[in-house]
Amino acid sequence: MQSSMNDPAKGKRKSAAAAEPPLLAAEQSLALLRQMQLIRAFEEKLRSLFSAGLVPGLLHLCAGQEAVAVGVCAELGATDVIASNHRGHGHCLAKGARVDRMMAEVLGRRSGYGLGRSGTLHLYDAANGNLGTNGIVGGGIPLAAGAALSLKRRGRGEVAACFFGDGALNQGLLFEVLNMAAIWRLPAIFVCENNGYGEFTASEDVTAGLNPVARGAVFDIPSEAVDGMDVLAVRAAAARAVTRARAGEGPSFLVCTTYRYGGHHVGDSQDYKDADEARAWREKDPILRLSRRLEAEGMASADRIAALAAEVQAEVLAAVEAANADALPTADDLGSFLYA
Amino acid sequence: MPEPRIITYRAAILEALFAEMRRDPAVLVMGEDVGAAGGVFKQAAGLFEEFGAERVIDTPISESGAFGIAAGAAMSGSRPVFEVMFGDFITLVMDQLANQAAKVHYMSAGQFTVPLVLRTAVGIGANLGPQHSQSLHAWAAHIPGLKVVMPSTPADAKGLMAAAIRDDNPVVYFEDRTLYTLRGDTPQGDHLVPIGVADVKRAGEDVTIVATSRMVQVALAAAELLAADGISAEVVDPRSLVPLDVATLVASVRKTSRAVVVDGGYRQYGITGEIAATLAEQAFDWLDAPVMRIGAENVPIPFSRSLEPLVVPDAARLAKAVAALVRRR
Repeated sequence: MQSSMNDPAKGKRKSAAAAEPPLLAAEQSLALLRQMQLIRAFEEKLRSLFSAGLVPGLLHLCAGQEAVAVGVCAELGATDVIASNHRGHGHCLAKGARVDRMMAEVLGRRSGYGLGRSGTLHLYDAANGNLGTNGIVGGGIPLAAGAALSLKRRGRGEVAACFFGDGALNQGLLFEVLNMAAIWRLPAIFVCENNGYGEFTASEDVTAGLNPVARGAVFDIPSEAVDGMDVLAVRAAAARAVTRARAGEGPSFLVCTTYRYGGHHVGDSQDYKDADEARAWREKDPILRLSRRLEAEGMASADRIAALAAEVQAEVLAAVEAANADALPTADDLGSFLYA
Repeated sequence: MPEPRIITYRAAILEALFAEMRRDPAVLVMGEDVGAAGGVFKQAAGLFEEFGAERVIDTPISESGAFGIAAGAAMSGSRPVFEVMFGDFITLVMDQLANQAAKVHYMSAGQFTVPLVLRTAVGIGANLGPQHSQSLHAWAAHIPGLKVVMPSTPADAKGLMAAAIRDDNPVVYFEDRTLYTLRGDTPQGDHLVPIGVADVKRAGEDVTIVATSRMVQVALAAAELLAADGISAEVVDPRSLVPLDVATLVASVRKTSRAVVVDGGYRQYGITGEIAATLAEQAFDWLDAPVMRIGAENVPIPFSRSLEPLVVPDAARLAKAVAALVRRR
């Protein structure tokens, strides 16, 4: 079923009315592009590995949604914090996680971030302030707010962002946390990736009120709708939110309209989506969109962009090779790190 | 060694909280009504006045979200002591406790620690009914990654609270409301009771009573009755359910050859079963009788004054059951 909660046509109308966000300097723009390409290459490689039976467990990929992770994390520093969700490879990579350790973890190898014991749903990267992907829908939301509480006490202007899907809009936990973030003026940024589907069900079939932005606004939290297929628009919205948070002005709530190219997980037949819908969204692809703008404005040639794509592709392939050469965790790893 | 002096269980816990908050600015207290109100049982009295709203944080009635925030704060440099007002309400924080806090250190392969204390008041005795009287510590003890403690005396209450706050793991601290007014010798100054070390509360020869929390006091009273009946009972208090000091429990049972396990939680699938099975496995050759389990009756706990006392054993009933076990042929 077509999901109208994140209708691409609505996004188009909106972007036609509003001015395109300004491009950044060439090197900054190319860095955003490269990050999105890296995430896409990572996800596409995993999709094929999974189809070949080489990935244990389930895999929830974020291809199509790269602009949100990259746009938000571009505004965060190394000591700022994020909490991610089940569709979180993009968030982790955008926050600085190492491609090789990410790949090793997803493939269950010992050099992974969790010794190859935890997998895609439990990717933690403390060095980059990443409180983890999460197997519970909405589970990371209070963790990020809790980090915001610690960061506020530390008083260095650091912030915490959390990423969650439209599925989490119907978790009561979100509203408990929004309320506390507002009353305590926590430096927290709540980022909803509204891809129109919660698991296998169109959001609109299970969600009252078609304007998710209102769910932040009701707590008097500055809340805005963002074109989640435009990394520059996401970055601009994130910059406003981060500035508020660093200044002690409390939380923000961003609803980024985006699209999940794949199913809920790899192997989901996606019978509930129609082909026209997917095609319409592919036309708004965040990587193509930024590439075209960079080319049109003479900031990067098609060759330069293709070279970047080849570079990240090679990085991902090297990570897969390293992971495949790496050991599986052994019985000695079964009980380690149970208690500190 | 600091001089002991007699204070209440409630005051002993507070003493540990004051000391640890003075010692370490990362320690926070969070919960419903813990601020200016000082806690519904006055179990946080005075903290707000000394440490202010920044460190003694009144939460809305949003247990799940607030405890999740405590977990996130613990992952990022704070050391929260989070209060769940009634033990029955840990059902509301279970996802954050069992799926997040308990597992983060393991899942992150040691990148993160979650140094927090969840303190919660349990037990019968105030006619509060089925949703305010349960002792659900078995729920927490079931989850690997959590530590679980249940002090039975003021000294243990102080020492275990201090140890729990300094521990880098999530520790669930179950305190029995009816013990708040219990008075006992309590060391002044720094006093730590290591987590995972049981304590023989009364030495005896004929039977071991393994008792937790308020049941320790019941067992000590039962031991007096048994002594008058010619039976010498040893009362062993595990103090920590996780980790469990199996060695001390087994050593006692190997000496006495009989064991009764008594606890305020439901008997079905409860910690009495876990401890009884452990004793059966590790002291089988020394046992002269089956290990007996006594827990709360497997019913919602009635508020009725005539029924509530029937749910959990008192000293007379416990003594009778122990005597029957000892005299079993």
